[in-house]
Order: sequence, then structure tokens, then C-alpha cells
Amino acid sequence: MNKDTLLFEKSRPGHRTLRLGKLDVPAADLSLLPKGSLRTKAPVLPEIGELDLIRHYVLLSKKNISIADSFYPLGSCTMKYNPVTNEAVVQYPGLADIHPEMDAGRVQGALRIMKRLEDGLAGITGLPGVTLHPAAGAQGELTALLVANAHFEATGQTKRTKVLIPDSAHGTNPASAAIAGLEAVEIKSGKDGLVDLADLESKVGDDTAVLMITNPSTLGLFESKIAKIAEIVHKAGGLIYMDGANLNAIMGISRPADFGVDMMHINLHKTFSTPHGGGGPGAGPICVTDELTPYLPSPRVVEEEDGLRLDYNAPQSIGMLRGWPGNFGVLVRAYAYLRRLGAEGVKRVAENAVLNANYIRVKLNKAYHVPYDRMCMHEFVCNNKHQREKGVHALDIAKRLIDLGYHPMTIYFPLVVSEAMMIEPTETESKSTLDAFIADMLMIAEEAQSDPDKLHAAPVTTCVGRLDEGRAVREPKLRYACYKD
Amino acid sequence: MPFIQNSESDRQEMLAAVGVRTMADLFEQIPAELRHNGPLPIDAGLSEDELRAEMTELASWNTPMAAGCFLGAGMYRHFIPTVVDSLQGRHEFVTAYTPYQPEGSQGTLTAFFEFQTMVAELMGMEIANASMYDGCSAATEAVIMASNLVRNRTKVVVSHGVHPHTRRTLETYLKWTEMEVVEAPLGADGRTELGDLADDNTCAVLVQNPNTLGVIEDLDSIAATTQAAGAISICSAYPTSLGLLRSPGEAGFDIAVGDGQCLGTAPAFGGPSFGLFACAQKHVRKMPGRIVGETVDDKGRRGFALTFQTREQHIRRAKATSNICTNNALIALRGAIYMAAAGPHGLAEVATYSLAKAQYAAKALGAIPGFELPYKDAGSFNEFVLKCPVPAARVNKAIDAVGMIGGLDLKAWYPELGENCLLLAFTETTTRAQIDQLVSALTNLAAPQPVA
Ligand SMILES: Cc1ncc(COP(=O)(O)O)c(C=O)c1O
Repeated sequence: MNKDTLLFEKSRPGHRTLRLGKLDVPAADLSLLPKGSLRTKAPVLPEIGELDLIRHYVLLSKKNISIADSFYPLGSCTMKYNPVTNEAVVQYPGLADIHPEMDAGRVQGALRIMKRLEDGLAGITGLPGVTLHPAAGAQGELTALLVANAHFEATGQTKRTKVLIPDSAHGTNPASAAIAGLEAVEIKSGKDGLVDLADLESKVGDDTAVLMITNPSTLGLFESKIAKIAEIVHKAGGLIYMDGANLNAIMGISRPADFGVDMMHINLHKTFSTPHGGGGPGAGPICVTDELTPYLPSPRVVEEEDGLRLDYNAPQSIGMLRGWPGNFGVLVRAYAYLRRLGAEGVKRVAENAVLNANYIRVKLNKAYHVPYDRMCMHEFVCNNKHQREKGVHALDIAKRLIDLGYHPMTIYFPLVVSEAMMIEPTETESKSTLDAFIADMLMIAEEAQSDPDKLHAAPVTTCVGRLDEGRAVREPKLRYACYKD
Repeated sequence: MPFIQNSESDRQEMLAAVGVRTMADLFEQIPAELRHNGPLPIDAGLSEDELRAEMTELASWNTPMAAGCFLGAGMYRHFIPTVVDSLQGRHEFVTAYTPYQPEGSQGTLTAFFEFQTMVAELMGMEIANASMYDGCSAATEAVIMASNLVRNRTKVVVSHGVHPHTRRTLETYLKWTEMEVVEAPLGADGRTELGDLADDNTCAVLVQNPNTLGVIEDLDSIAATTQAAGAISICSAYPTSLGLLRSPGEAGFDIAVGDGQCLGTAPAFGGPSFGLFACAQKHVRKMPGRIVGETVDDKGRRGFALTFQTREQHIRRAKATSNICTNNALIALRGAIYMAAAGPHGLAEVATYSLAKAQYAAKALGAIPGFELPYKDAGSFNEFVLKCPVPAARVNKAIDAVGMIGGLDLKAWYPELGENCLLLAFTETTTRAQIDQLVSALTNLAAPQPVA
């Protein structure tokens, strides 16, 4: 039996899964619809019965690597365990079967969850103004930049049009700056992998709107001069934005507000354990200082005498960036996670995440080149320097890991390290998993010397081998051809 | 500690390997004065059973829609076949990351290739991407894409009938650019009056079908007028309606977007949902979001991979077509499973049932003395405006009194309609009994009050 057919190839006329019961009102009268408003051609959707539909997706699911079956040390993505309880909780009818336009009195539970999550994030970051509105980290970044725009407009500083971004930053930072109508200016990293203060001082000025800094950085290093950096930018009248994708390393240990951060986003789909779902959905709340709070997007959760409600009309708000209050289902999961952890657990997460990362680092730093080989935070970056002369690339090492039953680390990011391999184990992995991974990584390092072709040929255990990605662009096939021409 | 598996002795061994004594030593990079030594203002942690009890309690403070609810306005309560939850819920889908390593992600990638095909079919367009955040952000990204397709034009015409959240999202995004948003009004019949608003400075025209008042737009003429002005026509469509109604592609639109919540996902207080985004293949390089393409592996076997990644932020950075990275993949997967479960006939059935319920309700409600259907002549799908003899808020109270949840009071979104207009939505999940109860509640309200 061919287990690789597409839904469209399985489709048979007359097959179907969804069939409604008897209509309890008179049939629709299509003549009441305006002329020309009906479809003339039905969509060619697959026609498939329930059992075949189930088999199709179960077979597909087996072609994925997931946290549930494999160690997934994908740097910058914080692939920690996603508690299964939370997947059950979001299905409670009181949390799923509710409409965002219901009267506040009917959704006090939903609003209370949002409020308590806001309070928790404010406590962890030290930044009191919180919005849960942004759909993901990138939208959180944009939200914050628009908040900055609104702040500078309100204070008559309209010449602040530049956003300073270290070269190790994630691509969403400059992309968000562009959408906010601002110009991204790159700041160099110094020899120690941290922001080069001299370069920063030469670029900061009265046209600086915001410095976007990722702390801990994408190299897994804490910007130890962060207070000085904040002082430089603040003195020039700019704001500090922190990309909080790496909050997992410092929560409960250090509060961004205490090192001068004015605004930051948090990826709930990283630090707060909500699942990645093959690419989303996430949520990218932002936390800001009191001064910037009036500009936060609408709606805001407000507390009044008779309870909580959503306020869509805050006068200085930058507006909406999506429909409704936020990715509520994701917020519920994050809230449930935070409740399980409690204050103590939050700190333990950071400690264990940092311990796990350092443990791998010290075990691999001879076999692999670690350009910044000192105590790291929740992740570290190594590269293929010792394997390069055998023609072994980061990609080959990653693909070989797939054959050994892992999801690879992040590769070729950050851009400041050539052929970077970024390893983030997270706190939820056990020592025995880490030991097995270390042993396999050491074996790969050996194979790179003795049998590099094995690495070049990997993966061989997956349903497909290396794909011709060039062809996907040269001869684009972006959909199934439902029609024979 | 919940979710942390290592024991204290594991930790001691690991600390020794790292060469430090205590956990605090691991944080030597953080200057002492920047560390937070006080307690966090967060309650103590809960066990799983305690958490479940707390969440059950919080959920009980909300009223589920199941008892009867006539709210829609962009989020609809449609029937969700069990296969959707059961298949989407598989750990292998839920706990995978974005499919950047295609050999280990063929499940997600194949599902998205199929998803793209189904969305393209539904919209009547050539291609679709692998999802946006939601319908509002999809429409906004479509306008941004249009401004890249038609350069040096700064005007965007948006119908007043487009969902207010979409209009507000668009304003938020465009406020800091050169683009200017101009609203096209709705006529007395509830349809968009484009007039001569689309001119040689217009880069895009955005309409929604059915519009927020539930009215079916004259799509063909809007697409044609837009095209004649050399602008990009964008239609935001309600996916369920496309089981029956003319698709944006058939009507000649350049870009089609929509919100996917109705395709297999509960309203869940507004999200997560996903955005649909479809257009012609020739525009692929300007498209936002992830796109999956078919290719072959080193042995010639069919496989799927993310493609045209040079459009995206992780390669192109400030020059990317969008800043989107994480999208709403898992909810889009629900949409794919739903569309496959429904097939063309199931989708048509859901659409015609929803229409039938709305028509049944409209007939009865319109017949109650004092109540009117102001946009009846233009025609609607599963949602319509009911003009009441008293403020809509009072009508909703009367519906509340019979244990159901009323419709949307249009006062906040469309103040020009006054206080008496209610937007009511119906789907295949609305029962005849609920509609009959609604009708009798409103009949009682309309009946002359006995003079005391
Ligand atoms: C450092 C960093 N910043 C920003 C982002 C963007 O977040 P999102 O994918 O949620 O938009 C990511 C992750 O993708 C990241 O790793």
C-alpha cells in the first residue's frame, strides 16, 4: 500500500466525513439571494471518508519529529515540554465555547485569566503595563515599535526614526522596524560576542528611537554591560526594547526593568510552554513602563467595581493589530503553566535551563569549536571549525542528528558566527537524555573525521532524503494540480 | 518542581561537571546589582489536580454559547467534527516546530501543501500561503502587498462594510507609512458604494463578503471597477459562505483573504484563529508568510519544503515582505482537516443549512410588528441586521431573560445606525427551537405593555 499519497489522490466521488443531520427548518430558498451571487464552480476539495481521513493524518503525523518523540535542542526556540493538562483545559466549554463579544458579565472567568496572566508577566519583568494582544513575537516587536512611535509623536520628537539593532539579532527585529516606518541600523558585536559599546556610541543620537536588544543574546550570552548600554541610549533620548525570546534563562533571576528595559515582548510559545504546533499559534505579549502604558493596543483588560471588562477605546492607544483581544487559547495555556510553577518554579526553570545548557557545552567544547566558550545562559553556539577541512558543514551534522533520532539544533543562526549551531536543551530534559545526546554528538565529530560521506548522505532513515530546494523555486509547484490540462 | 525531571543528585553531578558549586554560580555573567533577590509577586505553584480544579472554577464563570447564542460578526459557532480535535491533537503535530528541517517535517509540510491547495480552491485563486495570524492581519498584509505590487500610489480604499477590527488593524499598520486609508460608504441597501473613489492614486480596494452588516456585495462590479483603476482588488471572504457563494477568484479579485475560525475551531474568546491568504502565482514573490512547495529528494522521491524563503525576515531582514515568523499553523491544520472532512458537498451543506436557519429566522422576525429587516432587498447569507422598535440593548436583555445570548448591538461599530440595530447570526448549530424562542421573546417585547 502506498502510504505517501495526498488527500487529493485518495479522493473518491461521493465519499465524505462530515454529514449533518436532518434540517429542522424549511430548505434554503436560493432565489432570495441576489443574482450572480452563487458559486458557479464548486471547490475541488478532497472527498474522503472518516477512516481514510484518519489514516491520512495519522500517517502524516508519523513523518514529523516532535518534542513528544525526540530531544529537540533547537536554539532560540525553547522547545520545552508542553504540559498535556493544558491541552485538555483549553477544551473546557467555558473556555472554548465563548464569544469575544459577549457581555463582560458572562466572561469574567476569561477576563480574570487574562488579568492574572498580565499581573504575572508584570511581576516577572518588573514592567507594569502589559498587553496580551500580539499574535506572536514578531507582532509584539512591531507593537512595541508603534508604542515608541506614538510616544515620540506625543512628545514632539518626530525626528527619531532609527532603530539600532545588533548584528546577532533575529530577522524579525529589522523586519518589524521596517513595517513601523523606521530605519534599521546595525550595531556590531565586539570580540566577546556582546554589543560593541564604541560602535553603539558612534551610532546613537537624537535620531535614535529605539535600541532593540536581545538579552540573553542569540549567542546565549547575557549582555553584562546592559545597564551601561541602557544609560547610553537613554541619555540620547531613545528607548530600550528587549527581544524577550530568551527570557527562559533569566526569569526569576533578573528583571528586565531593573536593567533599564522600557519595553519587551515575551514569546509565550517559548518560555511559557505553549506548543509550537508546527509553526504556531503563539502569543507575543509586551510589557512596558508606566509611562508607555497609555499607548498599548486595544482592547485593554480593565478592572472596575463590578468586575473586569475589555476597553476598546483607550484614547492614546495605538489601536488594534489583529481581531479581538488576543490568542486566548494560548494565553490560557500560559496561565495554567504559570500556576503550576508558582514563584519558586519560575526561578527553578531558569536555573535548570542554564545548567542543562552549560552541561552540554562543557562536554562538547573540545569536539566542536565554541567561539565564546564561557559560562552560557540557556543556550550556546558552536560551529564546524574542527570539521570544516573534511568538508563537513553544520547542515551535515544536523542531518546526521536526524538519523540518530533527534531534531537538530538551530543552524546558520545567528549570522555573526559562521556555520553556527545553536543548542538549547531547556530545563525539562533529563540528564540521561543530555548524556545520550552528548555521546551521539561526539560520535558525529568522530565520523566527521573518519567517514565524512556518512554525514553528507544523511539523513537516510527519514521518508525522504535531502530535498532539492532549488527546484522548488525554479519549477514552483505550490499546490496540487486538481485539474488535468 | 513540575516539569523538571532531574533530581538533586543529577544536578550536583552536572554542576560538578560544569565546574561550579551552586546554581547561583551559573549566573556569574549577570552583575550582582542586576539580580533580583526578592520574591516574585506570584502565588505558590499548584499540583495538576489543584490546577484542574482552579481552571474548572474559572471556566464556570463564563457562559458557553451552547444554550443558544446569536453572536457572529466574524466569529461563528459551527459544528466541529470529532476527527478535527482527535487528529490535530496528535503530539506529533502539536509539539513540532516550524518545518525548517524538511526531512523530519514531512507531516506538517505535506499537510500544508494540501492546505494551500484547499484554500486556493475555496477562494477560486491559483495559490495560497500556509496561513497568517487571522483574518484582520491577512487583510492588512494583503494591502501592504498591494502597495508593493502597485508602486507610487498611496491611497487604499476600504469599504465601511469591512469588519471594524480589520479597519482598525489596517489603520494601526498604515499610520506610520505614506499610505492613506479612505473609506467607501455603504448605500441605503447596505452595499458598498465605490463611486469614483478608486482612482489613479489608489493601490488597493478592500471589501468583505458578506459585509459586516451581513449583506452580500456585488463582487464582480467592485473587482471590475478596481481593475479599471489599475489597483489591486482584495476580497475578505467568510470561508463557510464559500460552500455556496461566489468566490473572490470567480468574481475577478487579485487577492483573497479570510478568517479560518469557522473551519473547525471554537470561537475561544477570539483566538487563536488563522488567516487565509490566496492570490495569483505570478505574485508569489511579493506574498507574505510561509509557502510550502513540492520538490524531489536525492533519490527522486516526492517531498515538500518551505520555499521562496528569500521573501522572509530570516533571510531578507528589513527588506522582507512581512515580519511574520510564527504563524497560526496548528489552527490552520484544523482548517485543513475540517475542509477535508467536509469535502465540497459537506461544505455546501453547512453553508445551505446556515442560510436556511437565517432565512427561517428572518421571515419570522421580520413579521413581528415594529421589527424591520433594513437590508432585506440586498440579500444576506447567515447573518442580518434587525432593526428593533426599542434599543438593541433592551432586546438583548429580553433574550437573556429566556436563557440565551442575544446578537451584536451595532451601536458601537455603526453609530450612524442608531441604538436600535442588532446583528444576528445563525449557523447549522442553531436549532429551530432556539429560533422559535428568540421569536417569541421578541414578540412579547413588541406587544403593547399593559398600562398600569
Ligand atoms: C530571538 C527571537 N526573536 C524573535 C522571534 C520571533 O518570534 P515569533 O516567531 O513568535 O514571531 C524569535 C523566534 O522565532 C526569536 O528566536
